[in-house]
Amino acid sequence: MIKVNIQKKLHGSGGEMELKCDFTIEKNDFLAISGPSGSGKTTLLRIIAGLEECEGEIIVEGEIWQNERMKLPPQKREVGFVFQDFALFPNMDVLHNLLYVKKDKNFANELLEMTGLTELAKRYPNTLSGGQKQRVALCRALMRKPKILLMDEPFSALDVSMREKLQNNIAEFHKIFNLTTIMVSHSPSEIYRLSNKMIVLNNGKIEKFASPKELLLKTSGSAKFAFEGKIIDIVEVDVINIAVISIANQIVEVVISKKEAKELKIGDKVIVSSKAYNPLIRKMMSD
Amino acid sequence: MNLDFTPFLLSFKLAFFTTSILLMVGIPFAWFLSSTKSRFKPVLEAISALPIVLPPSVLGFYLLVFLSQSSPVGKFFEEVFDIKLVFTFEGLVVASSIYSFPFMIQPLQNGFENVPKNIIEASYLSGKGKIETLFKVILPNMKTFLLTAVIITFAHTVGEFGVVLMVGGSIPGKTEVASVAIYDYVETLDYKSAHIYSLIMLAISFAVLLFVYMFNEKQKKRFL
Repeated sequence: MIKVNIQKKLHGSGGEMELKCDFTIEKNDFLAISGPSGSGKTTLLRIIAGLEECEGEIIVEGEIWQNERMKLPPQKREVGFVFQDFALFPNMDVLHNLLYVKKDKNFANELLEMTGLTELAKRYPNTLSGGQKQRVALCRALMRKPKILLMDEPFSALDVSMREKLQNNIAEFHKIFNLTTIMVSHSPSEIYRLSNKMIVLNNGKIEKFASPKELLLKTSGSAKFAFEGKIIDIVEVDVINIAVISIANQIVEVVISKKEAKELKIGDKVIVSSKAYNPLIRKMMSD
Repeated sequence: MNLDFTPFLLSFKLAFFTTSILLMVGIPFAWFLSSTKSRFKPVLEAISALPIVLPPSVLGFYLLVFLSQSSPVGKFFEEVFDIKLVFTFEGLVVASSIYSFPFMIQPLQNGFENVPKNIIEASYLSGKGKIETLFKVILPNMKTFLLTAVIITFAHTVGEFGVVLMVGGSIPGKTEVASVAIYDYVETLDYKSAHIYSLIMLAISFAVLLFVYMFNEKQKKRFL
């Protein structure tokens, strides 16, 4: 069990703000943290890693990382951290970026093989692509065999095909190494695909805390429309099949036939349309 | 004419000791300056930059007073280490270390500030302490700044004149470094020797600077 109950005053672009978060997740959970920029997502992640000062307590699997009396430095916390901009050591090749954390050559080679980086072991970071760098960063974060894997928008600097590759690696590692993962992300499709819990942070406070399914799916009624989207999941529910499709920044579920389910696969681009009814338009609250 | 190279050897010996001492003092000091949020930081920066703007004679005069046997510092060195600091080579090393201080500190401080903060954090998150992070991550990623600091300090020490003249006097074989020797030649109207010495200084200085700039250009290409 991981318990986080912290507060910290932040000086953001919109003036002073208080970051105040109290939540508990279980071991092996995959928590996604989402919310508008400046809402304190990255700071929360850095606090858990021990990189930022704050008040409150953090307890990880019974071990106190921080309370009123003491605070473990980042070196003593068993975390793996994946930075948004990779933060690889430029003076070391790929293999030594991993070995710097722990001199365990077998484990390093194993990780490189799982991420398809074996060929690049002797290359220096400045010769790698963004996607390759981020996979190296992921491997490096795992070298410490962390209790918690923290990722700060790991996909933001990558193009679409790279994102998918990295998503697969992350999903795989999360399972194999029994990780508890906390990821800051903006992208609903990534959150939906990877995580089982989700926090929406707004202005330093937890606005919503539920499963991504509850928070992200926005289907309602049928309407006359046609949208381009991408299938991110196909689920069999009793006798019907449901395709989960990412359209722009939203995720919808569409019931499909058995035949369609066979023809379609995850990653396919599709058009979702409906003819029978008139579309409904409702003015949204402006913010 | 018989050319005596002792002044050059003295200059290089002095520069070598000065640079070594400053490197050891400068790395922790510059790191502290680059990472501190103390409100005394500007004061420390101003003090460490003073030798750049002070006339060498002012600095030389204070050092002379400060290091003489009648001052506490001079007394301390004489009683504890049996070292006299005025008109001796040891005194020159102390004086040069103070005079060349900013030339070591400023490139190093720039270097520390230039290393991305997140690779330092990444090192901490890899379970490494400050010392290991300094030697394995920070310093290797600021090589050009490190080299600039060392070379400029060395070259500046070789090139100094006013302070060494005042603190060291001009004792041949002991404190008469190359720059002072040139002054002595000019005073005795031996222009030929002055020319030769000056030309050698010019050539060495140019070669050193050329090397620094060429190395930095190469490093830039490697890391971009």
